[in-house]
Amino acid sequence: MSELKKIATRESYGNALVELGKEHEDIIVLDADLAGATKTGVFQKAFPDRHWNIGIAEANMTGIAAGLATCGKVPFLSSFAMFAAGRNYEQVRNSIGYPHLNVKIGASHAGISVGEDGATHQCLEDIALMRTIPGMVVINPSDDVEARAAVKAAYEHVGPVYLRFGRLAVPVFHDERTYQFEIGKGIVMKEGADVSIFATGLCVNEAIEAEKLLEADGIRAELINIHTIKPIDKALIVKSALKTGKVVTVEEHSVIGGLGSAVCDVLCEEAPTQVLKIGINDVYGESGPAQELICKYGLDSKSIYQKVKDFLGK
Amino acid sequence: MTNLELKKIANEVRKNIIRSVHSAKAGHPGGSLSAADIFTWLYYEELNVDPKNPKMADRDRFVLSKGHTAPGLYAVLAERGFFPKEDLLTLRHTGSYLQGHPDMKHIPGVDMSSGSLGQGLSAAVGMAAAGKYDKKDYRVYALCGDGEIQEGQIWEAAMWAGSRHLDNLVVIVDNNGLQIDGSVEEICSPYPIDQKFEAFHFHAINIDGNDFEEIRKAFLEARQTKGMPTAIIAKTIKGKGVSFMENAVGWHGKAPNDDEYKLAMEELEKAGEALCRN
Repeated sequence: MSELKKIATRESYGNALVELGKEHEDIIVLDADLAGATKTGVFQKAFPDRHWNIGIAEANMTGIAAGLATCGKVPFLSSFAMFAAGRNYEQVRNSIGYPHLNVKIGASHAGISVGEDGATHQCLEDIALMRTIPGMVVINPSDDVEARAAVKAAYEHVGPVYLRFGRLAVPVFHDERTYQFEIGKGIVMKEGADVSIFATGLCVNEAIEAEKLLEADGIRAELINIHTIKPIDKALIVKSALKTGKVVTVEEHSVIGGLGSAVCDVLCEEAPTQVLKIGINDVYGESGPAQELICKYGLDSKSIYQKVKDFLGK
Repeated sequence: MTNLELKKIANEVRKNIIRSVHSAKAGHPGGSLSAADIFTWLYYEELNVDPKNPKMADRDRFVLSKGHTAPGLYAVLAERGFFPKEDLLTLRHTGSYLQGHPDMKHIPGVDMSSGSLGQGLSAAVGMAAAGKYDKKDYRVYALCGDGEIQEGQIWEAAMWAGSRHLDNLVVIVDNNGLQIDGSVEEICSPYPIDQKFEAFHFHAINIDGNDFEEIRKAFLEARQTKGMPTAIIAKTIKGKGVSFMENAVGWHGKAPNDDEYKLAMEELEKAGEALCRN
């Protein structure tokens, strides 16, 4: 496996906010008693008067963010994905989405890699919920470099943005010197001809490892990192699907409504293709060390490798 | 303005409400009429706003947290000149900018989209906090329903506003006593409303919300209150001004038919004439 440095993308969130906060006075960071966990604590340390703890009241935090945005502030509301997107769905839809307010939602602890806290805190539905909101941008970065770039892009974008971060430290595989982030643009990590693998979030690194295993077996997979689930890179998805004729999606999210569904939405209209959706198969998670859960639920590189092989009948 | 002048305007606002809801064949006249005097006070005496420049930077803000009484808000905004009065007849019509619930993206003078109960107050709290942070002296007002305060988010917002001493915030509760399914007291009593807000570190004032003298005094007292937000609990009559709508739960969310419309407008015309004889 990888020898790369590991950083959780929630750390990237906090660090990127500090960098942005130095340049932009209009940023206000809101948290709901989870500043230590969402890593906005570093912003609080740097800019104490611009970090507001709303208390354990996510719905109110969402409304406060909306009110701040109407007054020209750029609020980053921070919580766990379960609360930021799950508990808050209707507040986000009606108080932020409908008036298209310039609020950024930093949602940490997404997915099964929350680990030991178990099913109540492992949000596997947030991408599905957020991408149904008109005008909402949904970004699921895969490593530290991408996550920090995504936070900056979210600030520059005028309108609501949902940013999904993880608790687990994951390998940093992008090269900061050459990496470029653009909202809505997928990144071809490896070109291939036999199958297209679209991955997002921490599954991108697992897919990179899976691709190496496939290559050793003579299967040339095209690997594409879809960091922006909405607006999704239709042109790239269609182009790759037409080239390979077989599509696999990989995500740390329910197979209902996430990346897999978004890719199918594109393909069913523009290039009908057989798709294998790898994700959480309509079940709740459970307690356990994150890496063990990733393996148990079939999102690790070996599982992806095996599933792709089975899918291709090889 | 004198109380008499305000009463005359409020009567026009009530006519606007009836006209627009009748034209829409749907909407919420009861809670719009109960708050017509408060709407009138806010837009004619209280708020620092400019109909010609509705997005003026340091204006006072108003959030209609009980967004279903949009006909009341639109009625006063049109009366005050934010948009043409004839547009009120397009309320709830397909393609009209006058949506069933307030839409800040398209309606001049609307500071926050609202309608899903419980959410508006949080936005008002955000606006008040932004004003404090920026050291601006604008004030923020939110109008809530007495049924609406059954929503938990109202108390999340109140708790934070009180703990942050947001004395530029005024919450008005339109205490007309009725919600869709019946009496607020029987369904899920919000009483005592004043003591609840006091427990959340608000200054609470109880008034007759259909009496301009009491409204005047309460808003002055709110302005003079430092270190804590103010809650004005305005006891009102649902459907106020149209006899057959008064205290009748059935008029929460129903439009008058043509006969009822005629009757209501006749009553309001007569009330207007009586005010002019004063």
